[in-house]
Amino acid sequence: MTDKLQRILPTVQKPARYTGGEYNEIQKDPASVRVNVAFCFPDTYEIGMSNVGMRILYGVMNEMEGVWCQRVFAPWGDMEDAMRANGIPLWALESGCPVKEFDMIAFTVGYEMCYTNILNMLTLAGVPLHASERKGLENMVFAGGVCTFNPEPLAPFVDFFSLGEGEESTVEIVSLYDRAKQEGWTKERFLEEVSRIPGVYVPSFYEHIYNEDGTLKEIIAKEGAPGKLTKRIVEHLDDAYFPTKMIVPSTEIVHDRANLELFRGCIRGCRFCQAGFSCRPVRKKSPEVLYRQAVECLENFGASEITLSSLSTSDYRGLKELTDELIPYCEQSKVSLSVPSLRADNFSRELMEKLQTGKKSGLTFAPEAGTQRLRDVINKNLTEEEILETCRNAFSGGWSNVKLYFMLGLPTETDEDVLGIADLVYKIILAWKEHGTAKKRGLRIHVATAFFVPKPHTPFQWEKQITVEEYLRRCRLLKDHFYSKSIDYNYHTPDISRLEAVMARGDRRIAPVLEEAACLGAKLDGWDEYFNNDIWMEAFRRCGVDMEFYTTRGYGEEELLAWDPIDVGVTKKFLLRERRQAYEAKITPDCRSGCAGCGANCLLKERECDE
Amino acid sequence: MSKRLLFEKTGNGIWISHLDLMRLFQRAFKRGGLHLKHTQGFSPRAVVSIALPLSVGVESVCEILDFELVGQDDLGFDEIKTRLNATMPAGIRVLEVYDSDVKIKHLTHLACTVTLEYDNGIPEGAEEAVRALFARESIVLMKRGKNGPVEQDIIPMIRSVEVSALNAQELLLDCVICAQNPSLNPAQIVAAIEANCPDHKPDFARIRRTRVLTEKGEDFR
Ligand code: SF4
Repeated sequence: MTDKLQRILPTVQKPARYTGGEYNEIQKDPASVRVNVAFCFPDTYEIGMSNVGMRILYGVMNEMEGVWCQRVFAPWGDMEDAMRANGIPLWALESGCPVKEFDMIAFTVGYEMCYTNILNMLTLAGVPLHASERKGLENMVFAGGVCTFNPEPLAPFVDFFSLGEGEESTVEIVSLYDRAKQEGWTKERFLEEVSRIPGVYVPSFYEHIYNEDGTLKEIIAKEGAPGKLTKRIVEHLDDAYFPTKMIVPSTEIVHDRANLELFRGCIRGCRFCQAGFSCRPVRKKSPEVLYRQAVECLENFGASEITLSSLSTSDYRGLKELTDELIPYCEQSKVSLSVPSLRADNFSRELMEKLQTGKKSGLTFAPEAGTQRLRDVINKNLTEEEILETCRNAFSGGWSNVKLYFMLGLPTETDEDVLGIADLVYKIILAWKEHGTAKKRGLRIHVATAFFVPKPHTPFQWEKQITVEEYLRRCRLLKDHFYSKSIDYNYHTPDISRLEAVMARGDRRIAPVLEEAACLGAKLDGWDEYFNNDIWMEAFRRCGVDMEFYTTRGYGEEELLAWDPIDVGVTKKFLLRERRQAYEAKITPDCRSGCAGCGANCLLKERECDE
Repeated sequence: MSKRLLFEKTGNGIWISHLDLMRLFQRAFKRGGLHLKHTQGFSPRAVVSIALPLSVGVESVCEILDFELVGQDDLGFDEIKTRLNATMPAGIRVLEVYDSDVKIKHLTHLACTVTLEYDNGIPEGAEEAVRALFARESIVLMKRGKNGPVEQDIIPMIRSVEVSALNAQELLLDCVICAQNPSLNPAQIVAAIEANCPDHKPDFARIRRTRVLTEKGEDFR
């Protein structure tokens, strides 16, 4: 007879994402496994399988003898309903075993709007939500990823956080657990020992005390717990583990292609960008290593597309060397090579032309702000002339599609800056009229504005977020100044960005709100189909937490911040200096024009930053 | 002459959709160093063509895929099969590779089994009722058409149905049905039972394609 799950699969959308069995999936003999790790991605299979970090750590853990790391994803709503109705607990794809039977449960947390998925997945697994309710070594929950640079909203649910890059620290953590399990340690003993691994943060070892006005007064570390928690980095990326034998999904995922990471960190220092600061120092892979990994990956994957990724691809020093080798290889083996986030410099333009084999996809720019003044404030080093020059060239070459991304609500923004966006778009239309060659097709300009979210570990970490009403007013103002039919204007719905702001700079008092929201049914908040602002408003109300405290209030420079104990390399002093520069609309040149002294180089022991 | 391969789709492989399966094969050929013929144009695509798309959730041991290799004439059939099977996901397995110039249009019939699962045991009289149902002159079902639901008689598309009890809980229907022009989706056989024998509605039904046949009832190759 067919079991319950097999009877459910025909009734849900995209059943292949729930069964595992893909090529290159890791199977192990359960008898040889001492530590079972359920590696959970708090979103759907399609998103999770596109995540390079998850693929790396999956490989890292499975390379370990006696360790079996298996994948778990958040089910879509139809599957979740069926699981609840049939009493099927959340399972891992490789073995089909319930997550509740695993030794360790790991989460990778890449964006704030997946927090409720973490809670929902634990609930679906039948694992107690609170770390304090999980008494033994089993079901040890740990988490890493960019969001854990301010992990406080998740503090009560997670036993410990692994801060920074996990290639090395994950091995240390899992090995320690292996020992703890063999020697029969208590959970307390394990947490104490694991907190000694650099980059590990055990939240239950810290107490947060608040002032009357609601700001943080003090963070008290339990005896022996480190006062400063420094993130981990991999110093030599060339030698770091990289999985070239990657799982090949049998069903379509978001980024269904091979993916190569050129370097980590960013030399630019856009002041709103969390990744730009928190992923420093700058370290690159050599073109030789990348070429070898590209070929191995492609041969093993059978993909027809490969992407070179990093925060700012044009800044990769070996780009010419690498593409000179890689382009002929890709042509010969009928693989298309895509290089996103190219800047508008000369080499990049040439490269773009080389990569364009007939297909004329759109031009994409992210000026983020409409006037030069505001671009200087945010340190976005892209001038109007660069944009127009690139457009003119592209238009005469037959392009007719432009995408432009902006933010509204940036610090110091005025209506003049908002209207600067309309002005820039108008100039692009003029450039088209003068230089466009594919006139018949007509020009299309897509403009999108996002609602600025201040993020921890950036120079804007203290900033106010404007109110939702004010954001919408600015959107309307802009819309009223777009006169041409060529323009498609979209703006992000502000409710999600406001919540994102609360989560990003939230403290431990946000945790009950998360729990309440999850309890009321919040899940898959990153998906329009599921995001429900009313649930969230109700959760904040029930918990008596004021959203404004975390959004429109703005944080004081003297204030103790929930994420202050976490050291991502970049110093607070530097962030403050950058904030001052921002208010004076002064740019800080990129690292290649001179090190700005952000402090991240102190994380390196054996080499220089951006060497 | 173009090459043809016979493959099976079983176990968890049955949840892979038709489109995904095409991409899966394109990649498997690439991984195996087998150079598929590509379409012309701006974005060339490797050409594989799978006869008679299988619905998601249906098992099969007789799927047909046609392909052409470019400049690898010296590769033996077994070599191609081995290279493909080396990188297949669970449930997809190539059974045989061969040359064929028999056109797909000659694949007119399909043999399939439909297993009706009754969790509380096969109800009294179910076997007879199902047998009697398919002995009728016509069975009219509603089918989704371009302009809303339309009536369709499925009997002309059924060559034979043999009913037997597999065990105390499962009834096995051995069917031969039309594969193309018109084609009958075997799920319609289950739908016919649900609509006409509501007392004998199974708790679950499994479908499996077992053989591809020509008009004469011989194996299609
Ligand atoms: S240490 Fe200097 S060069 Fe390195 S990221 Fe910081 S500012 Fe840039």
